[in-house]
Amino acid sequence: MYTTKYHKASDAANAASLLSGAQDGKILAGGQTLVPTMKQRLAAPSDLVDISGIDALRGITVTARKKLGVLKAKDGATITIGAATTHAEVAGNADLAKACPVICGLAGEIGDPAVRHRGTIGGSVANNDPAADYPAALMALGATITTNQRSISADDFFTGLFATALNDGEIITEISFQAPAEGGYGKFPSPASRYAMVGVFAAKSIDGDVRVAVTGAGDDGVFRHAGLEAALASNWSADAVSGVDVSADGLMSDIHGNAAYRANLIGVMAKKAVSA
Amino acid sequence: MTKIAMNVNGKAVSREVPDNTLLVEYIREHLRLTGTHVGCDTSQCGACVVHVDGKAMKSCTMLAAAAEGATVTTVEGLAASKDELHPMQIAFKDNHGLQCGFCTPGMIMSATDMVERYQAEGKELTEEAIRHELEGNICRCTGYHNIVKSIQDGASKMTNA
Repeated sequence: MYTTKYHKASDAANAASLLSGAQDGKILAGGQTLVPTMKQRLAAPSDLVDISGIDALRGITVTARKKLGVLKAKDGATITIGAATTHAEVAGNADLAKACPVICGLAGEIGDPAVRHRGTIGGSVANNDPAADYPAALMALGATITTNQRSISADDFFTGLFATALNDGEIITEISFQAPAEGGYGKFPSPASRYAMVGVFAAKSIDGDVRVAVTGAGDDGVFRHAGLEAALASNWSADAVSGVDVSADGLMSDIHGNAAYRANLIGVMAKKAVSA
Repeated sequence: MTKIAMNVNGKAVSREVPDNTLLVEYIREHLRLTGTHVGCDTSQCGACVVHVDGKAMKSCTMLAAAAEGATVTTVEGLAASKDELHPMQIAFKDNHGLQCGFCTPGMIMSATDMVERYQAEGKELTEEAIRHELEGNICRCTGYHNIVKSIQDGASKMTNA
């Protein structure tokens, strides 16, 4: 690893000011991608601004639409997750498990237990790895990404491979979304890395809108699939997926599988997502 | 260079180290606690797993500076005293849960973490769950079977300890 200067930020504003004072600074959250990348000398930030210790950026709030009775997924809820909240905290949150179990399941399958204890949702989202799980979830849930400067819809946020709408010095502070009435995630993990070779997140909102986002497959990163959305909007079932023709155009071909293979997997994982 | 202080195995320690020092380098090279191993150096093998504030983490994928003020436990600090073994260490010995032993410190740190987590959540740590939980720990010798048996035995030894 090249030399770097480490800073511990006390809050988001302090992190922004430390970042602006650095020549080529980078935010360090859990570091589960950034640290390995730096060790391989693929990244060499002059400064690291650690936000993992900022309490205000951690935590999960679930505000149910209905006050009465026990919280259930179908009743609807507004969910807010602090950017520095770890995957393990998302996976293990009891309120979230009631309101939106699919997101807990997704977080619980990222990496391995030790990685989940350190990796954060904000870090994953900011990195926008084309095979990461959270980008698909946020896009399908119509999430809002809040930064120290503004709010960005997930549709506008993810702009390409490892690319986002974030400006220099912009720091994600929280992620929020409405719990869906129905939601599922079908993931075919790479047998070696456990990253998604294809992951399909399907969500039906309380109002009946259906959004389907695909990760691991697109040449340009995470994307929504209009054909699957239309089919599932009229009939939320695996049968409806069978009738959808998933094109291989714009899909990745690599050592793990070619575009046609991934196109087929999208259908299979979409069925898994709605059958869950 | 920055002075980094933390509590390692119950002892307050402090060392002046370069900012890009990994936690595992801090532990092995500065504190000379070589029980924590570096296997792959790409955060896959888990030989470097230690507990940071009670949670299993990969010390090769974390800066020492990020552990400033933390409480760290390495395999050397797991047992109650120098003259005895932790119940999980006994279980690995009893069940032949190792061959070359290189991955064992990480296996044991992951094992104790999973047992404590499952106990805290009141969930049963089944054989299937153990295999799933070992996702981030690679062993090239044993085929995992005796490791899983060791963890099952260690879990009951920890419960009855």
